[in-house]
Parts: sequence; C-alpha cells; structure tokens
Amino acid sequence: MLDMTPKDIQERTALRINPAKTCQPIGAMYASLGIHNCLPHSHGSQGCCSYHRSHLTRHFKEPVVASTSSFTEGAAVFGGAPNLRQSLKTIFQVYKPDIIAVHTTCLSETIGDDIPSIVRKAEEDGLIPDGKFVIHANTPSYVGSNVTGFSNMVKAMVDYLATRELKPDSEINIIPGYVDPADMREIKRMLGELNVTGTVFPDTSDVLDTPMTGSYEMFPKGGVTIDRLMKTGSGKATIALGAFASEAGAQALETKCGVPFRVLDLPIGINATDQFVKSVLQITGEQRPSPSMIDDRGRVLDMMTDMQHYLYGKRVAIFGDPDQVISMTDFLVSAGMRPVYVITGTPGKRFEERIKRILGDDAPNCVVRASADLFYLHQLIRNESVDLMVGNTYGKYISRAEDIPLVRFGFPILDRVGHGFFPTFGYQGAMCLLTNIVNTLLDRVDRDSAEERFELVM
Amino acid sequence: MSSRKSYVMPPVDREEFVRDVCSVYPNKVAKKRLKHIVIKDGSDNLEIEANVRTVPGIITQRGCCYAGCKGVVIGPIGDMVHIVHGPIGCSFYAWNTRRNLFKPREDGANYMNYCFSTDMQDSDVIFGGEKKLRQAIQEACDIFKPKAISVHATCPVGLIGDDIQAVAREMTEKTGILVMAFNCEGYKGVSQSGGHHIANNKLFEHVVGKDDSNVVDDKFVVNILGEYNIGGDAWEIERVFARCGIRIISTFSGDGSIDEMRQSHQANLNLVMCHRSINYMAEMMETAFGIPWMKVNFIGVKAMAKSMRKIAKYFDDPDLSRTVEAVILEEEKEAENLIDEYRKRLEGKTAMLFVGGSRAHHYQELFKDLGMETTVAGFEFAHRDDYEGRQVIPVLKPDADSRNIEEIKVSSDSERYRPRLDQHKLETLKSEQLLNHYEGMMEDMNQGSMIIDDVSHEELEQLILKFKPDMVCAGIKDKYIIEKFGVPSKQLHNYDYSGPYAGFRGAVNFARDVDMMIHNPAWKMIKAPWDIEPTLNAETVA
Repeated sequence: MLDMTPKDIQERTALRINPAKTCQPIGAMYASLGIHNCLPHSHGSQGCCSYHRSHLTRHFKEPVVASTSSFTEGAAVFGGAPNLRQSLKTIFQVYKPDIIAVHTTCLSETIGDDIPSIVRKAEEDGLIPDGKFVIHANTPSYVGSNVTGFSNMVKAMVDYLATRELKPDSEINIIPGYVDPADMREIKRMLGELNVTGTVFPDTSDVLDTPMTGSYEMFPKGGVTIDRLMKTGSGKATIALGAFASEAGAQALETKCGVPFRVLDLPIGINATDQFVKSVLQITGEQRPSPSMIDDRGRVLDMMTDMQHYLYGKRVAIFGDPDQVISMTDFLVSAGMRPVYVITGTPGKRFEERIKRILGDDAPNCVVRASADLFYLHQLIRNESVDLMVGNTYGKYISRAEDIPLVRFGFPILDRVGHGFFPTFGYQGAMCLLTNIVNTLLDRVDRDSAEERFELVM
Repeated sequence: MSSRKSYVMPPVDREEFVRDVCSVYPNKVAKKRLKHIVIKDGSDNLEIEANVRTVPGIITQRGCCYAGCKGVVIGPIGDMVHIVHGPIGCSFYAWNTRRNLFKPREDGANYMNYCFSTDMQDSDVIFGGEKKLRQAIQEACDIFKPKAISVHATCPVGLIGDDIQAVAREMTEKTGILVMAFNCEGYKGVSQSGGHHIANNKLFEHVVGKDDSNVVDDKFVVNILGEYNIGGDAWEIERVFARCGIRIISTFSGDGSIDEMRQSHQANLNLVMCHRSINYMAEMMETAFGIPWMKVNFIGVKAMAKSMRKIAKYFDDPDLSRTVEAVILEEEKEAENLIDEYRKRLEGKTAMLFVGGSRAHHYQELFKDLGMETTVAGFEFAHRDDYEGRQVIPVLKPDADSRNIEEIKVSSDSERYRPRLDQHKLETLKSEQLLNHYEGMMEDMNQGSMIIDDVSHEELEQLILKFKPDMVCAGIKDKYIIEKFGVPSKQLHNYDYSGPYAGFRGAVNFARDVDMMIHNPAWKMIKAPWDIEPTLNAETVA
C-alpha cells in the first residue's frame, strides 16, 4: 500500500499529491441543497456537476440532484449566457423549484461569464416565473477549497435574500458550517433545549438524511425556506460556526442588515460546545442551559475520566477541512491526547495560528500546516509514527500502509455509515465521537495484546 | 418452486408514455428528446439520435471529456503517473472512485492509489500554467522516477492556452521519461465519449507498438480492448483464457501496464469489449499492424461461451477448439447449477438499464441467463452505431462538437505490419460478421421494448412510476433516487463494490447480488403496520 512514497521529504512547489481538499463548487452545491425547494445549478461543463453529485452521493448515500449548463466548446469560446438562459427556462418548467442556486466553475470563471447580468436579462425576458428566485455565487475552483465554495454560497444567500424589516425580531441566526445533516439537526435540537427560536442556514437535515418511504421527493421537506432566509436580516444576532465556512456569511449579514455576529469554533468537543452554549445564553439573557444539557455535558466528562488511561499521551495525526480540524484538535487535547501532525489542504495562515494557540506549549513539537496534502502527512508518519489518525476516508490508505487505526471524521466519509445520523456537535456529539475514538483504540489493544495480557475488562 | 410467470409489464401504451413524458419539456426541448426515444416495434431501420448535446438544464447522467480520457481509459494504467493539470477537483474526484483494480507487476510500480495534480491557483490562470506543469513533471520524475507520465488538461487549461503538448515534448527530452499530454478539456465533445477518442489516439501514437522485445511466439495471443477490470472482471476473464491456453498480452486498460501495452502490437487478435470507448484503437491497430478485431461480450454465461467459441473459430485450430469446448462445458455447467437457485426466484422479473456506452447492452445477456427481461435500456454517451450497429457509421455526419475531436491518420507500419490471415479468409470472416462487426444494442432487444438515449432525471422517474420495474441498473447519481421509490438499483459502473461480474464465475456473483437486492426483506417493511390496517385502540387489552 502506497509503496511508492519515499520516507525522505522533498520540497514540492508544483505537484500536489493525494490532496486534503477539493474544489469550491462542491461546497457551493452542498450549501444550496440546504435551501428548501432549491435546485443547485453548476454553470460549467457537465463533468463538474456529475463529479460533485457523485461525490456528495457517495458521502450521504442519498439522492443529490443538481443541473448543469452543459458547456460545449462553442460555449467555452463564445460565453455561456445562452446555456444559462436555456437552463433557467428548462429547470423552472420541468423541475419546478422555488429557487435556483447557480455556482460557477473554473471554466465559466476563466471566460468571465457575468452571472448577475445574464440572470437580470433572463428575468427581463420572462424566463424566471413570478415568485421564483435565482441566486448565484462565484466559486472559481482555483481559489481556496471546497470550504470556500460553501462559504461563498452561504454569503450569496445573504446577499440575495436577507432583508431588514423595521422591527428586529428576537430570533437568532446560526450558520452551522460545512457539516453533516446530523449536526445541523443537533444544532436545532440544542436551540430547542436552550429555548431559543432561530434560523439555521443552510440546513440539509431532512434533505440528505431522508427516510425510505417508497416514494421519491425531488425536493424533500427539509431545507431553510426562502422566507426564513429573508428574515435572517431581522435577526437579533448571528452565530457563525467555523470561521472558514461561516464567517463570510455572517459578516455579509452584518454589513447588509446590521445583524451583529460572533464567530465560534464548530461546537465539537466540550470546550467548543461550552462556548456555543455560553454565546446563546448571552444573547438570550439566560443564566444556565437546561438540566438535561448539563447532564449530557457531565456524561461526556464522565467518559473522559473513565477511559483516560487509553487516551492519555496518544500521538494523533488530524487532517481534513480547517474548521473541523481546529475543533477536533482542541477536543483531543482536552482528552489528554497529543496531536502531533495537524494539517489541512485548505490555504490559510489563520488555521496554523489557531492550532498553535490550542496546542500552547506543545506547539513546537507538532507539525501544523495549511495547504498541505496527505502525501506529506504520510511521509511525516513514516518518519515518526502515530497511535491514531483522525480524518476523512482518504486516510485509509496511510492507515493500512502504516497499520494505524483511523477514526473517520469530516468530509468525505465514503466507506462507513453513521455520519449521516450521529452528530459530532454538542455534548451528545462529543459522546458519539469519543465512543468511536475509545472503541477504535480498544479494538487495537485487543488485537495487539499478547494472549496472556488479553483483558476481559477494559 | 417458481411460478414461471411470463414477463409482467404493466399495460402501458408506449407511445402515449413517450408523448406524456416529453410534454413536460419546453417545446423545442421536447422535439429534441423525442428523437432520443425509440420503441422497438418491428419496423426495420429504427433510428435514434445519439452523441449530441444534452440540453442545458436537463439533469443528465453524463460527465465530461476529461472523465472519459483520464477517468475511463488512461487512469486504469497502474504503473505510471497521471498528472491532472488544473484546479484540484478534477483529479480529486477521479481518485480511486471507479474501481478499476490493479495489481503491480514484478517491478512493483503501482500508482493506483495516488492522486496527482498541479492544483492550479488563480495566479496560474492569469499568468499561464506551463511553468507550474513543467515543475510538477520534474518533481514527479525526481520523487518517483516513473517509466511514464500522462498529463491531462482540464477546462481552464485550454482556455488560457497552455501548450501542454510542447511541455510534454520538452520534458520527455529533458528527463528521458515518456510524458504524454492529453488535450481532454472538459468542454470538448458532448460527453465522456470525446475523451475516449483522445485517449485512444495518444496511446496509439506513443505507446502501442513501441517495444518489439520479448516477441511472443505463441499462436493464440490476444489483447482485450475496452475491459476496465471493474471489481476484477479482467482477472476472471484471464482465468478462463488461461485454462483454454489463450495468452493475453495486454488489456486496455483495466489492470493495465504500460509495458504490456507497448508490446501489444504482437497479438494475433484484438477482442473488443466496450466498443464505444475503444473501437478507435481496434481499427488503428488493424490498419497499422494487421491485427483483426472482433466484438466480444464476456458478460453472461451464454455470452461468455459464445465469445469463447468465436475466438476458437477465428484461430481455427482443432486442439484449441477442443479445449475451449471442454472448458465451456465444465464452466457453463458449474455456473448454471449455481445460478439455477437464483433463477427460480428471478424468472419473469424485469430490469431497466441506463448506463455507459456498452454495459446497457452487455448486461441484457446476463439478465437473460437469470430469466429476466430488459424492458427499457439506454446508453449515457454512446453513438448511433452502438445502438443500430456499425453499418450506420458511413452515414454518420460529424457535427460541430465531434469535429473538435481529432481523427488521426494511420497507415500501415512498414516494419511491423503482418497479415494474420490470408486475404480470402479475412474477407470470409468479415462477411460472416465474425470480425469488424457490431450489431448494436437494439437488434438484441425484444419487440415492445424501449430504447432511451441520455435518459433524463424526469424520464427515469416516469419510467419507474409507470412501468414498475423490478430492478433499475444505473450509476451512483441515480441509485438512491431509484431506491427511494422502493425499487432496487444495481450500479453498473462500480457494481456496488461487488464483482467480478464478467465470465462464468462473475455471472454467479451477479445472480447472487441481484437476488439479494430484489429479495431484500427490508423492501417489504416500507409499509408499516399502521399503513396496512387501522390500529385498534382499546383502553384495556384483555
């Protein structure tokens, strides 16, 4: 497995090997799916749309529908306006969404298609039925990563739809980050426990975790409604979870509608969840969360103290999208583990700074790198191994090559189930994650222990 | 005991169905789509529109030119480095997602689990990406010292005018390692199909016929073209071939080795599995080296046996024929015995197939082995000849999109051309349609069946609702849509991570998987008890 990877690390300036990121449009497509009755539309060649749909489908094991401008060479040379116009006409007539969320691709970005003016012209020409919406985000694949694309589409929701009514209401807005439906659902559940009404946007719960009923709905019941997106402009405050995925949207909402915001880490692990809960309490003016939430928190801590001897000092490699990696690093440090390699494929100095703050005194002994790849991570591991890897499915090759257990976490997970249903957010999510981490390590202890040291009770 | 029921298709008026399903489209779109749908009604010359643009906005199965070139044809070659020149996504999505399995040869070279990209940034788009590409190739050479490198262009590369061919030539010279560049920008052509052609051309020019060493002196030596070793298909075919004493020099390109491809001009026969993606190579190799080609289908017990007999007939050797017959006798019996159990439960069920450019045809044979009928089928990116047969090729007119894909001029190789049969025999086998012949999918389908090219999401939904098939075979994007209707969907691109399905043993695997999916007890639980009968509420239960 990965036998061609040399131990010696050579500086590379051009060749990316085994990336730890993908391109912007898939993130934009995913965010668009979190709007109710929305069809994501990929303005580019057919392959982009096909690849993004396929990959999202592999991760969620759910239908993912989206349309494409089906560029051919003619469109690439003369511009994609006719393709987008034809698309809008066809989509509204055939698939009847309430809203189309257009994202660009490296092709349409390179030729410089001006989406707003194409859409405006289409509207003037009656191609957009009354009461229907078209929004767009520029998502050049050669800038940032999948996380940037998500962030850009969230911002587009605000730029196009949020409106400030005269009377601000008491609701809060939550931008949940580039996370699974289970986490969006968990955010809503926690808001319920905290007695807050709010709008989570985007929201892919009940879109990408739908039940088997024997009938197919192209637009399932979930997703944030257009109406609620408009009302975000009148919200009392916005909480943006994950700086990379959510800050731009929250910032836009403040600029456009004056809704104040704060940016928090994804509420993964106890510290980050505490911060989230505290922020909500500060906004609502309450003093303490519900008793059941406090109990949940205590139960996670209980597991952390019960099982600490299996966690303490374990060397861990963490990789994936930056917001996830930041919170996970913090969680593992709080569990007594030692992150030694912490990498993301997404560019951003902010990532390295944030991780170093979390690691504190341990930072000099840890390799922290943004814009890195899994080939580099593998080389680090070959030079000095780790006890555990935490990251997405692509880590499985290194895991097998170096015989290191892998806890699957983040996006994408293509080879296991559960991420669609069990949260990583909140105290309950922390319990799911910790269970997974501890059991993975215990399986390894069982596998590796000598017969005479094989334990019944652990 | 099975009921041996006859095929139970709901009595849907096919013509009415086609009219209804197209009525949802804008008028101009409906007119176009109508030409892509054909009802097999007994008339001769059925024509279908294929290999033309998908209407923008229609939700299609299709991908792009890059996917056809790197993803389908070149990517499976496991002992070389494939660098995708472009933003990160294109290489990322094609990274180990297709299940074209590969085992390294003696030299150990194995890049199958690696993903290489120039990870183009905005500055590269603005100032040009040639410098970065050159550097990426250099780094690949320094780190891996591979025997060959491919470079694949993505959409922006063509637009900004990077001359990847010049970079490839320069780097070949500089490093001494073969660098092949493929101009397979995603927007070229109308589907993956253009990419297949581009891949065939470049492989032919730079690889095939370049190594005369290790001259094979066996008589029964073949190449298999258009077999991608999904789930290990090629290995099952190899197993049967080995039993028969037929040697495979190279498979294009499943479990593919560039060294073996370089020697492939020494074969005496080319066997074409996926006609759509590789017929170009078969023709070029015949012209240049004199290797005749024959269309085969190794999917299905009967189809496998038939194809083996065709090969034996070509070589016309009594010993080979005897061996082939003995192997067929044994393998067929073993497979059919095992399939029999499943067949009892599957007989009379119906399937629909919407996939690729050959599988929607090949798998109909396997469904026949199971007693199942294919009621509706269509390809994603095929041309008219894949539907109607190769006799239509002379009348196909190139349009603006197909003209963008280069046709290379091939002439006979003065040193390596060698007739494999005398002229008379060659002509006889051609006229008997043993060689250079593909009858297309439509001929094999039953009267009353439907053929739909580049099926749309809307059409797929309506087909399921109206015809209520027992199984729909498609790809990953369609699978979970179909299954939400309560209908099992077998992925025929990746086999739902099962396989092999080719050959005798593969057919047994397929029968087991189809039976498992159709008879999964969970389907029966979709209706909950309270959906079936009213719940009786009582204050106390005695």
